[in-house]
Amino acid sequence: MSPTHLPSPLHRLDMDRIIDDRRTRIIVCCGSGGVGKTTAAAAIGLRAAERGRQACVLTVDPARRLAQSMGLTSLDNTPRQVDGVDTASGGSLHAMMLDMKRTFDEIVEAHADPDRAAQILANPFYQSLSSSFAGTQEYMAMEKLGQLRHADEWDLIVVDTPPSRSALDFLDAPQRLGRFLDGRLIRVLTGPAKAGMSYMKVLNAGFAMMTGALTKILGAQVLKDAQTFVTALDTMFGGFRERAEWTYRLLQAPGTAFLVVAAPEPDALREASYFVERLDAERMPLAGLVLNRMHASAASRLSAARSLAAAETLEMHDKPNESAGPRYSIAVAALRMHAERMQLGKRERRLAEHFTSAHPAIPVAEVIAQPEDVHDLRGLRVIGTMLSQQGS
Amino acid sequence: MTTRDTDWDGVRLHVVTGKGGTGKTTVAAALALALASAGRKVLLIEVEGRQGIARLFDCPPLPYAERKVAIGLGAQGAGQGGDVYALAVDPEGALLDYLEMFYNLRRTGKALTRLGVVDFATTIAPGLSDVLVTGKATEAARRRVDRRGDSHVYHAVVMDAPPTGRISRFLDVSTEVSGLAKVGPIRTHADTVARVIRSPQTAVHFVTTLEEMPVQETLDGLADLQERTGGAIRPGGIFINMARPAMLDRDDLAAAASGSLDAAELALGLKAAGIGENHGLAADLMAELKEHAQQVALQDREREELLTSGRPLYELPMIPDGIDLASLYQLAAALREQGAA
Repeated sequence: MSPTHLPSPLHRLDMDRIIDDRRTRIIVCCGSGGVGKTTAAAAIGLRAAERGRQACVLTVDPARRLAQSMGLTSLDNTPRQVDGVDTASGGSLHAMMLDMKRTFDEIVEAHADPDRAAQILANPFYQSLSSSFAGTQEYMAMEKLGQLRHADEWDLIVVDTPPSRSALDFLDAPQRLGRFLDGRLIRVLTGPAKAGMSYMKVLNAGFAMMTGALTKILGAQVLKDAQTFVTALDTMFGGFRERAEWTYRLLQAPGTAFLVVAAPEPDALREASYFVERLDAERMPLAGLVLNRMHASAASRLSAARSLAAAETLEMHDKPNESAGPRYSIAVAALRMHAERMQLGKRERRLAEHFTSAHPAIPVAEVIAQPEDVHDLRGLRVIGTMLSQQGS
Repeated sequence: MTTRDTDWDGVRLHVVTGKGGTGKTTVAAALALALASAGRKVLLIEVEGRQGIARLFDCPPLPYAERKVAIGLGAQGAGQGGDVYALAVDPEGALLDYLEMFYNLRRTGKALTRLGVVDFATTIAPGLSDVLVTGKATEAARRRVDRRGDSHVYHAVVMDAPPTGRISRFLDVSTEVSGLAKVGPIRTHADTVARVIRSPQTAVHFVTTLEEMPVQETLDGLADLQERTGGAIRPGGIFINMARPAMLDRDDLAAAASGSLDAAELALGLKAAGIGENHGLAADLMAELKEHAQQVALQDREREELLTSGRPLYELPMIPDGIDLASLYQLAAALREQGAA
């Protein structure tokens, strides 16, 4: 489809300036589920590689065909070179899919002696925690990002955040784990092991009530497993906390650019608004908003109302019984379809304007909806071009 | 009241899942409206703390309490609809509920909450918090008007559940908990919840759009549910959301896709409608027709894919102006017409 005139928001996002700036080392694509984060991240990584960057895309949950097109057929937790990339400018593209459990296992192995590590890995609480989706995926994505950045083999890492229930989980997860490890419950659970009897006496009444209640809800064996796990985890706690803080500071650093991705839907844009405000509060560097899957028309000079009126006029003319005369059914279909498209585009525009009027300083890039899903490098290039050719 | 057969007679707990962005909450709400026919009470439950139901029904944020949010869709010849109640379940409220209901331990529960037990459950053992949340839904589905009576408080419970990627694990509570607890009260509770979820009283519906990724996820989700639970959890219907109807007949669609549609005919039509003077308009509209034909073809392919699952399909139209309360009733009527409720 030909480039279409879109009424301009206050600022256009200049994607090429961001990816061409060698100081940009990390681009984080975030947003609620189903808005096209993975596709955006892959498209940005590819464009950066073809403009000369040594890029690595870290993705969490790619669509099967998109993963295949990037050569991500196995989940082996290491970046693989992507074939078919134009390397004329000296760039390259690697991509990897996150293996949450393996990433977690590696942290445990790195921070505990072999015996203790084996003990933790076998604990049922650890197994539940390391393979579940709630929070762990976010935490591990950040951990992997930290590792890739630390390895310093790539000069640009593009990360696609997990499909969280809420876009905000991604920032909260490391801190939630930290808060939990730091919390009172942990002290109660680890109390007998590390505090000794004098400490226990002070806590005694409360502790008895607590363990009594926990035993009642969970059963004695569960409580014991939890205690063992937490005690073991406690020894690695310093390492955990340090890593989480390092990654957090990395995200705040000037070399990082956050892109909030949203579809022109009320829920997705509401999440995007929260995210923008949250990034600001956390002093995280926001580069802009990507509005994905916008509907536009090359015939926007014909309004929805006029198009619909024209269709109705033709329907009055079109008498099925008259064998002679022209057939208007194609024109009627075209006009009705165009009216619907204009109506949809207008609604999306209105939703986008709600966002831009609440956040006027934020640069916006728009990506026009494709008639088919993107599942090859050619499709990613089209998206990359749209992300970069704003307002031209 | 007229009784009529629907595809899900006997199902008391409708679990609605779907990929993010497919309109899972909208479909769950429409299903609740459709099920709440004459005099029937239906409970719509939200579990992810997003307050999506409150926004759809345009009411203040839902507390952890069952509140009436709408009247059900009236049936023809059977007068007004019943009532739709809504409830936002969070793990903390569900834990307090559980402690009170089974152990009469509300105050202890509050102390536990202050100590971070809920953080504990949601952080290190999400299986435990899932069992509390699903436990609330199964409790509502089984709740009787009085202890001895056999009539239920709710004719049906509709749960706006976690997304497709997480649904099997979320529902497979007894396996998730048995990894942690071989015996004990929480295990017993999990087994009770699992009995309801694994009974014919529960069905898991999948919401999708006719696009590649959501369709793939739906099929993967169905397969995962079958594999993980050995078919013990009953798959429900596939609800196709935001479908766009074809505007041309089959021959014209094929012609539009291949670019052989008669441009002169279109131009003539535009002229007859008084907009023929506009330069290049016919060509632009022709390009839009081509895209439309491609989209219809893609939709047809994806629909074929979904049919391979053998599940009943229901189709809901795209509402170009956005979802409001009126359009929810429109979608509810479409669901009822197709036998989903």
